[in-house]
Amino acid sequence: MIIETEGLFKMSARYTTTAIVLHWLMALLIVVVFPLGLYMHDLKLSPLKLQLYSYHKWIGITLLLLAVLRVLWRSTHTPPPLPVTMARWQKRAGSAVHLLLYVLLLLVPLSGWLMSSAKGVQTVWFGLLPLPDLVGRDKALGNLLGSVHESLNYLLLLLVLVHILAALKHRYVDRDEVMNCMLPGKSLKGNRS
Amino acid sequence: MTIIKKIILPALLLIASQAQAVEYNQVQTNQSALTFAYKQMGVAMDGKFNKFSAQISFDPARLANAQARIDVSLASIDTGSADADEEVAGKLWFNAKTYPLASFVSSGVKQLAGNRYQATGKLSIKGKTLDIVAPVTFQSDGLKGLFDGSFNIKRTAFGIGTGEWADLGTVADDIQIMFHLVVIASPASSSSTQPARKKP
Repeated sequence: MIIETEGLFKMSARYTTTAIVLHWLMALLIVVVFPLGLYMHDLKLSPLKLQLYSYHKWIGITLLLLAVLRVLWRSTHTPPPLPVTMARWQKRAGSAVHLLLYVLLLLVPLSGWLMSSAKGVQTVWFGLLPLPDLVGRDKALGNLLGSVHESLNYLLLLLVLVHILAALKHRYVDRDEVMNCMLPGKSLKGNRS
Repeated sequence: MTIIKKIILPALLLIASQAQAVEYNQVQTNQSALTFAYKQMGVAMDGKFNKFSAQISFDPARLANAQARIDVSLASIDTGSADADEEVAGKLWFNAKTYPLASFVSSGVKQLAGNRYQATGKLSIKGKTLDIVAPVTFQSDGLKGLFDGSFNIKRTAFGIGTGEWADLGTVADDIQIMFHLVVIASPASSSSTQPARKKP
């Protein structure tokens, strides 16, 4: 039997606490910010709409910050090894989806930030910290970035669904430890309910 | 000698006074700008009015005669968003159908120091008239005069943004109005002997 490792670092049976906290905190915020974005877009102009847009941007920038931390953490910490029973194509598919997820977790909020700047509304994080406008005011660019932001979001939604389905398959079909690696809780082996 | 004293000397004085008096009174609206700034959810926002007219007569040597009137088409507002332009022209904000114009009429101008002046006057928006004081700088480049200034108003003082918009946490009360006016001087109309014709 061969145990595959992705590096020479210490192997862990599960993700680090930091990685687990980042993963679930981001998951929670995405569950809030995505439907919020869909809902607020079609509202008639009102104070509520302006408030919701601000909250959406604040959460989005928070997610961008968390995504940067997460990528830094991931690049310096080896994730737990995958079970040897997994087919090679599944491992490759998993890596590809994870890579794309990381890219989108960065690009989705970034495209929103840029869109806001192009539409002439600076993003002020929590109403306190003004972020620089990386692009100038430009209506056409603002509309284009709006479409990009929307498309990237639907792509992210698709990948998140694939990610969730794959995790559930590991847990309930393959009955391996892959999903448990990212679950908060006690130690893994022999602790399955 | 009597001819010189009675006719030529006064004539020379008249010419001299006409040469000195330079009245800036032809507003170049296409080169001028009327902009505003405010805060929305803690974000600094700005916009402009695309249509306004202005009558100004300003002679730095005769401030007592200085006059200004500016009429702004409120429906010409450009906030950067079509939705917001439409909303702001509506009843809760400007009610531009009933009150299409915002008007400023000066009541006096005094010099503060050098090229800095202070204009006082009455600002009318949405049926309410309030006194305002605006610092103005004046720079002249030959016959071209540039007036730059700004003043703050409280939108609630004029009833701008009522109902659901009365909450100042979303759109702040303080609105800064900035003006940049390009006014050409016309020497011909600044005679010191003839009183300026007033419009009926």
